[in-house]
Amino acid sequence: MEILGLLSDGFLLAMQPLNLLLIIVGVTLGLFIGAMPGLGSVNGVAILLPITFLVPPNSAIIFLAAIYYGAMYGGAISSITLGIPGASTAVATTFDGRPLAMKGRASLALVTAAVASFIGGTVSNIFFTAFAPPLASVALSFGNPEIFALMLLAFATFVGLGGDDIPKTIFSICIGLVFAAVGYDEISGAPRLIFFDISGFLHGINFLVLAIGVYGIGEMLWTIDSTRGKITSTEAKFSIKGVTADAKEALQRGWKGTTIGSLIGFFVGILPAAGATPGSLMSYGVAKMLSKNPKDYGQGHPDGVAAPEAANNSASTGSMLPMLTLGIPGSPTTAILLGGMVIWGLTPGPRLFVDQSEFVWGLIGSFYVSNFFALVVNLAFIPVFIWMLRMPFTILAPMIFVLSVVGGYAATRDMHDVWLMLIFGIGAFFLRKLDYPVAPAVLAIVLGPIAEPTLRQSLLLSSGDPMIFLNRPIAGPITVIAVILILLPLFKFGWNKFKKSGGTQPAQQG
Amino acid sequence: MGITRRLAMALTCAAGLMTGVAGMSTSAHAWEPTKPIDFVIMAGAGGGADQIARFIQSVVEKNKLSPRPLVPNNKGGGSGAEALIALKGTSDPDHTILVTLNSFFTTPLRQANLGIDIMTFTPINMMGVDPFVLWVHKDSGITTFEQWLEKVKADNGEYVMGGTGKGQEDSIVIKWMEQNYDLKIKYIPYKGGGAVAKDLAGQQIMASVNNPSEAKGFYESGDVIPLIAFSDERLPNLPDVRTVKELGKDFSYYNQRAVVGAPGMSDDAAAWYRDLFQKVYDSEEWQGYMKSESLEGLPMDAEQQKEYWKTQVARHTELLKALGE
Repeated sequence: MEILGLLSDGFLLAMQPLNLLLIIVGVTLGLFIGAMPGLGSVNGVAILLPITFLVPPNSAIIFLAAIYYGAMYGGAISSITLGIPGASTAVATTFDGRPLAMKGRASLALVTAAVASFIGGTVSNIFFTAFAPPLASVALSFGNPEIFALMLLAFATFVGLGGDDIPKTIFSICIGLVFAAVGYDEISGAPRLIFFDISGFLHGINFLVLAIGVYGIGEMLWTIDSTRGKITSTEAKFSIKGVTADAKEALQRGWKGTTIGSLIGFFVGILPAAGATPGSLMSYGVAKMLSKNPKDYGQGHPDGVAAPEAANNSASTGSMLPMLTLGIPGSPTTAILLGGMVIWGLTPGPRLFVDQSEFVWGLIGSFYVSNFFALVVNLAFIPVFIWMLRMPFTILAPMIFVLSVVGGYAATRDMHDVWLMLIFGIGAFFLRKLDYPVAPAVLAIVLGPIAEPTLRQSLLLSSGDPMIFLNRPIAGPITVIAVILILLPLFKFGWNKFKKSGGTQPAQQG
Repeated sequence: MGITRRLAMALTCAAGLMTGVAGMSTSAHAWEPTKPIDFVIMAGAGGGADQIARFIQSVVEKNKLSPRPLVPNNKGGGSGAEALIALKGTSDPDHTILVTLNSFFTTPLRQANLGIDIMTFTPINMMGVDPFVLWVHKDSGITTFEQWLEKVKADNGEYVMGGTGKGQEDSIVIKWMEQNYDLKIKYIPYKGGGAVAKDLAGQQIMASVNNPSEAKGFYESGDVIPLIAFSDERLPNLPDVRTVKELGKDFSYYNQRAVVGAPGMSDDAAAWYRDLFQKVYDSEEWQGYMKSESLEGLPMDAEQQKEYWKTQVARHTELLKALGE
């Protein structure tokens, strides 16, 4: 009951005219920042941080949180309409969002993304409101061995992501892991794989550079190649009636993904070190794994859009939890928000909930309000995005190219990354021609930088004994499940091969 | 004629002076930034150095001290090697400045192949020095430094501490303790101070050496306990915590928080930045920040800074050598 009282105070604060205005402006700005490839919530919040000194701290963080929310919605837009992930959090959205758009169902994909985002955000808001302090201690009980076990689980769910060709999937994961290892090694401080001291490799390979290369440039080349120049623009129609029908269909065909995404996203989000990008990728993997028809994924399945989109919104609220309860950022964006709080004269940390209760609950109240307005603004702009899709490919392709280059540059402001992105794009095109799945490589470059240090830190802790992943109460069960999941498809693959070689009936392999 | 000429000259001079004075009020220097300033940070987003950089940016922004904005640019890779290389290779040294930590001294020493000579960098301003404190979790049952020493010795190499990596500030202090108190500590490197603080609060590690600013939240909530400070004097915010100097060891260690210009920066630009950061330093906001975050002031001019660098390089060469780096 006390919580409800605090929450209604928070609502009142969030609904004050200034704050409401900031929320609407924030989510709209965020929507476009998120939709711009290369610019994500991190850049948006960092760029707009100085502006917030003009308003009181409460309004300032509400504004920044609204941008964060808006960007989570916006990331899906370019993923779906152009096939370029608008932000790292929306990479998984391209997997099924783009195929849906190519089939002329862009409106369904966009509506699914919006509705799933809204539900994901709301579910995690409710969790947040009800259980913030106890969940904070859950986050604290996740040490390095637990986080590594979780990463192992994420990889396990993705062994199934590359279709049935397990060796090619594993190859793809390994390539991603190698790319993830480039740059300075956190543990020893030594540079690795920097190819004759090319200074651009020192900061490692930025994940967005790979993702934009693979999905922006690679996809464009693929489209040109597969249609041999006879490209007609996709038939994308739009009507109000259509949107309501799409919303219905989104709920019917995307509810599973939404549920999975909301839950996994929130949980991964509250763990410091993880954040929305791994959360959305893991949700996609799990949704596909649990699906009755995993083959539909990647062909334009609404669940495949709903899962990552619900997850990234859910995770963004989730990552606020360690920030507010412990003073520890759960994602790069919350790291910047945390810096903002110091500037506004607040001390982030366990005392914040008690000492600055009005601030905290005002922010939580604003989550609900921002989430609602993000949905409204997003739905209102859908016709504009659809219109964009109806442009002829001869205009769209150069636009994708320009946006990809800008996006590759914006992430680190380094031309080196633009060249790298183009190389990745061309590489991805050939991999695809040879029927190698690229999604697992993308996953590996996101999770690699989390998995590798935690593995090594854990082993340092145990003096090299791998049993540390099994004999800890939380890490143990997670590791066991992960190992089973990894072995399962390998076993299936072996079984199919066995049947193929010995059986009279051809094995069903796609 | 002579008189008129002299008069004319005097008048011109006066006019010149006048415009000079008038000009002074709008811009004090011959140089002013003509485009956004690349404000490079030697650490990743969210850490202590990053927070300070963004705080400085906010002071500049709030008080409208610069006609062009400071644009924070995190280049934390390789203990700041990435940032040093970026400054060395910048095409526009007049618009490139760096917020430093002690890795400004240690990284070029540890990675000689980078070819970085920090004496070529341009001194701008010393914003303060950040002391270090040893912290344990409240559930450890340890309340004094002596108890802590006993516990570490009893654990015989199994005592786990976390820090920001080999050769980093905290690891230097920890190594120093190992050598001077005959201890064996298991050291786990982390990506940043925030991750260390979190794992101390979650008791994944048993102790850490950290700046008071990064441990503040958990200290105020009572989750972590300070045992000893590595400062010259007791810290005003932690008056009951002794220093190692009081225990008879001649050792103190601080993290420098300074702003440095790119090598090859013009004198006029350097003068402008010195003036800018002096204003930041003198601002109410920065003075308040130093006080609440336990930073100590260490004002020095450009020459003194260069001298300071020299002594710090010599000291770190010695420290790293003693640590077997």
